Amino acid sequence: MGILSWLVIVPFLTTVAVIATPNPKQIRWVALFGTGIQLILTAVVAMKFWALAGAETGEHSMATHLCMVEQFDWFKSLGIQYFLGIDGISMSMVMLTSVIIFTGVLASWNVENRTREFFALLLVLVTGVFGVFLSFDLFLFFTFYEVAVLPMYLLIGIWGTGPKEYSAMKLTLMLMAGSAFILVGFLALYHTAGQSTGVYSFDLTKMAAFQYPTEMQAWVFPMIFLGFGVLGAIYPFHTWSPDGHASAPTAVSMLHAGVLMKLGGYGALRIAVYLLPEGAKEWALFFMGLTTINILYGAFGAIRQKDLKYFTAYSSVSHCGVVLFGIATLNMMGLKGAVLQMFSHGIMTGLFFALIGMVYGRTHTRIIPDMGGLAKVMPWLAVCFYIAGLASLGLPGFSGFVAESHVFMGGFFGNAWHSSTATRTLTILAAMSIVVTAVYVLRGLGTVFLGPIPAYHEGSHHDAQGTHGTHGTHGAHGAHGAHGAHGAHGAHGAHGVNLAKLTDATFTEKLTTGILIACLALVGVFPQFMINLIESSIYPILNRLH
Amino acid sequence: MSIIENPWIIPALPLFSFLIVGLFIRPVSGKLAGIFGTLSIFCAMVAAYTLAWQYFSLDHHGGGARSALLPFSFEWLRFMKGMTVNFGVMVDSISVMMLTVVTTVSFLVHLYSTSYMHGEDGYGRYFTYLSLFTFSMLGLVVAPNIFQMYVFWELVGVSSFLLIGFYYQKPAAVSASKKAFIVTRFADLGFLIGILVLAYFGYQVQLGGVGVNAGQAVDFTFLSNPEVLTKLNEMGVLTLALILVYAGAAGKSAMFPLHIWLPDAMEGPTPVSALIHAATMVVAGVYLVARLFPAFSAAPNALEVVAVVGLFTSAFAAIIACTQDDIKRVLAFSTLSQLGYMMFSLGIATMEEPLGYTAAMFHLYTHAFFKALLFLGAGAVIHSVHTNDVWKMGGLKSKMPITHFTFLIAVLAIAGIWPLAGFFSKDEILSAALESHRYFHFYGGLVIAGLTAFYMARIYFLTFWGKARSDNASHAHEASAVILIPLVILSVLSCTTGWIPFAHFVAIGRELPHTGINMAVAIPGTLVAVIGLLASFFLYRTGDAKTVDGLVSGFGGLYRVIKKKFYFDEIYLFVTHKIIFRFVATPVAWFDRNVVDGGVNLSGWTTRKAGYFLTLMQTGQLQTYGVWFVLGAVVVSTLFWMTVN
Amino acid sequence: MLFHWVLLSLALFSVGIYGVLTRRNAVGLLISVELMLNAAAINLVVFNRYVAPAQVDGQVMAIFVMALAAAEVLVGMAILVMLFRKRKSADVTKMMGLRH
Repeated sequence: MGILSWLVIVPFLTTVAVIATPNPKQIRWVALFGTGIQLILTAVVAMKFWALAGAETGEHSMATHLCMVEQFDWFKSLGIQYFLGIDGISMSMVMLTSVIIFTGVLASWNVENRTREFFALLLVLVTGVFGVFLSFDLFLFFTFYEVAVLPMYLLIGIWGTGPKEYSAMKLTLMLMAGSAFILVGFLALYHTAGQSTGVYSFDLTKMAAFQYPTEMQAWVFPMIFLGFGVLGAIYPFHTWSPDGHASAPTAVSMLHAGVLMKLGGYGALRIAVYLLPEGAKEWALFFMGLTTINILYGAFGAIRQKDLKYFTAYSSVSHCGVVLFGIATLNMMGLKGAVLQMFSHGIMTGLFFALIGMVYGRTHTRIIPDMGGLAKVMPWLAVCFYIAGLASLGLPGFSGFVAESHVFMGGFFGNAWHSSTATRTLTILAAMSIVVTAVYVLRGLGTVFLGPIPAYHEGSHHDAQGTHGTHGTHGAHGAHGAHGAHGAHGAHGAHGVNLAKLTDATFTEKLTTGILIACLALVGVFPQFMINLIESSIYPILNRLH
Repeated sequence: MSIIENPWIIPALPLFSFLIVGLFIRPVSGKLAGIFGTLSIFCAMVAAYTLAWQYFSLDHHGGGARSALLPFSFEWLRFMKGMTVNFGVMVDSISVMMLTVVTTVSFLVHLYSTSYMHGEDGYGRYFTYLSLFTFSMLGLVVAPNIFQMYVFWELVGVSSFLLIGFYYQKPAAVSASKKAFIVTRFADLGFLIGILVLAYFGYQVQLGGVGVNAGQAVDFTFLSNPEVLTKLNEMGVLTLALILVYAGAAGKSAMFPLHIWLPDAMEGPTPVSALIHAATMVVAGVYLVARLFPAFSAAPNALEVVAVVGLFTSAFAAIIACTQDDIKRVLAFSTLSQLGYMMFSLGIATMEEPLGYTAAMFHLYTHAFFKALLFLGAGAVIHSVHTNDVWKMGGLKSKMPITHFTFLIAVLAIAGIWPLAGFFSKDEILSAALESHRYFHFYGGLVIAGLTAFYMARIYFLTFWGKARSDNASHAHEASAVILIPLVILSVLSCTTGWIPFAHFVAIGRELPHTGINMAVAIPGTLVAVIGLLASFFLYRTGDAKTVDGLVSGFGGLYRVIKKKFYFDEIYLFVTHKIIFRFVATPVAWFDRNVVDGGVNLSGWTTRKAGYFLTLMQTGQLQTYGVWFVLGAVVVSTLFWMTVN
Repeated sequence: MLFHWVLLSLALFSVGIYGVLTRRNAVGLLISVELMLNAAAINLVVFNRYVAPAQVDGQVMAIFVMALAAAEVLVGMAILVMLFRKRKSADVTKMMGLRH
């Protein structure tokens, strides 16, 4: 059994171990141990990969081919294989996932309700994610994809907050609709290639060797791209994201925004663009426009949010737009930037959601205007929040800057198939998000952490009413009529908590945030190692485009 | 170890100090953080002067610019083949000059702060931020390419944000820091797009085989190459790109109409205002234009924009400064005015007529010292009387003699009185305007010089002369020695730096003749300064509000408009809150929740409704089902029968 | 002759279906089902006799049908008795549990 299989098996074994652990108190330790092993394993794979591919970079390096391949037949008659491999793009995504799940386990240290089931589902989800990033057989890919997407329903529906059933249902249904498109696309690809070559196979490398008819690419590409785009929160199919994230428990938000949304970008790049270059050329400008809307729309939407989680979710919509925008540029810098942005946004948003969980655990509210001056009582969390915020507005020194500069550079340089005026205009529009991001990040964080701490007075009805009025415009849905929202607010609002008496981060929390910030800064300060990793694996995709 | 071969050590020292202080020392002891930060910046200063000594002792063949060295450089980021960004240290005359200015002022401010910030909450945090700022600023000035410039440009923006918002529990400081960051960020958007344009077309030029040896497409050496500039001009993008880059510079240097953040930035601690918002960071914009001067010189229209905006800002700020009562705000507007002076000086220069370039750099150099001195002096006063309002001061002449004396020197220096530093640099700017026959700028400059003398003398008289106008002012006492030492050092610098033969060190294009003082400029210059000082003397000597009331009512509505800074803050507030937030952000949020998400909910609703109508067929009667079944069977078999036949 | 036999089973089957769809009493329903089963059994025997007389498969199947019918009546009656005890009625039009 190769090392890549272990990357999929270890989370699964951890799931089994979690289920089998007799003492509920030990479950989190088991989970931490398992994910810790996974982290080490990832480091080993990374070093191995580096030794194989890192020595030489460029168009003909090892990494342009797959490394550490494990391939054998699964359903031979249908051409389905168990085919794992790794290249630079997968490598960076695997690193991201390992870090996020490790810190995610740390961030859910205090889950008391059905701990066993919670960790088991979380780990099943991660098993699926690792599987997706490592599979190079479309059938296997899709299987893992479903494994990754489905546990979310239970995780949000059971452990969530607010209108959790509604959010869980919406999220699952929208993602399932996306997968339906993906599945049809996959089958079309399988069938077309099989029919004309006589060899039916889901093997990605074999499919990539086949030139699909242009007219077929023209309708399959948007189907697969949009199918993955739903998971990558493409406009207008992004609305599951704010509700889902707002309702999900901390670790689930981290994993979902940090890793699962990356499956969308990954699939769009790895499968849609790689297999269907002609379709990509035909549709790229359209998707560039759509993702420009994503970027600006998410950013403007975030300005008006009152709930920290909605705030971060809209910012995610904007940042994930950058990923898909980068993919739609169809050139080296854009594609590389997209992968970098996936990594960077994954870590950053993981950090954001972890911090929101920590703050919420103390204040019992996520409503921004209810808080204030928290930097005084929780300096560590405030600093981390600001670091996350600055990273998200693309401050040099953090990975987001490297990624965004690549994407914008890519967009501006454009490609041979689209009018440079159009791509440049869109790039300039998209680049405007750096200002809007600064506005919402500084406004939001400023309100929460800076200024004086609001005076503590129990159950002030006037205030509660005022906050509810603004809250109601964005968060409450159908059932959450005026009365319900108000009641809930009165019970859980900040008015029940004396903000001046709160405490700063514990050791676990410091560890969680510290790891994530270190990743952001490491890639931000020394981007080249990450770029070497990714760059060589972009070449095969580019070569098919030319 | 020779510094000129290892100049990276200069920015590395504050970086080291930032990391050590921020991570390890600050949590343990604030006092130690101050000492460590100050010491490391002192070492950086010594290294900077050594570098200057070594660089200027190198052989310098003939006139014009000294050659630029790139002793340290490494590949930081590779966008793609043929498009890489290096980080490095570029040593040339202006970067060396800036290194000395930044380290000197930074060291003095560090020293001053150890006493000024004593007992403040977050003393260690303050020094961490200061180290971060110094590192970023040094990284900015040594940048060999525009991309590194942008990286550190953003970092100084953030450190400025952190320091303005240092008193984070004060809402005014919080909103000022936000405003500063967002306004400069808005300007940086222009800068970024400018970089994209330059990178793209520079890359195309390189693909065309021109300037391949001049470095990467974003390098300053490449952007100074005349062949490259000609090519870029042929593509018709140079002017556009430079105006975009200038937008970034205008944001950082607070040129009109992006000036609104600078006066508010005075909410930060006073030493910070001295360092960042007077001497170093705000001149980054001027420095950027100077860095790209060969390119600007090839794009006369862009240069014209620089010149016009510079002069306008200078006049605009000088007029507002005459009416403000907050001592730091007056200084802030004076900074704006002087920055405008430097900008227009750059704007009127060309590669053929480069005196304005040298003059701008000269003024930047001298201004850093006397403006830092003014701020630090004002800080000493504020520390002692606990107010920023000049009308609540007065009579401090005898109570704070050393502060008074150093402040007087600074006022005379900025007013342009011989033999202080400001006289020489201002003289050079005005003669540059005269020599390039820009009479409008020349006379404009003269009027501004007069206004400068007037408003600086105004705050001087109101602060130090007359009677104490508040309890605190009557109980004021001289500041501590640690605060006074930087004041004295800076006043010495303000007296002497003017005598430096600046053109010998910093020049571009053709060689400048070593002329002495141009009497045709010096005499009217001094004259307007003296008039300004005297006018101020008669009006404000006693500090009696009645003397000026008549004048104020004479101006009437105009005075109020000026006092309100031409309502620019209100306009911005209106545009951002009323227009952007209300007409863009809120509708977007609403649209998303109701239309886009409404669509999603609608599809769910439709499915549910369709399901409901289908349930009407389910009567629960087995026999009804049976009927459906039989009918179905009949239909299917009929169809089957028809197919078979 | 085959035609007549098939006609007989068709008539029997139709009567059965009619009964299943229209009888209100559950016992009548069961009897109608028996009629349909018997129609099928006749078909099995008849086709065996005319199509493949050498084999006995159809006749065996007919015996199966009988056994099945017996079992079915048993289970059906048992359910019916339980229902009757509970509802004091064997009227199928009043049984709408499937709706929920």
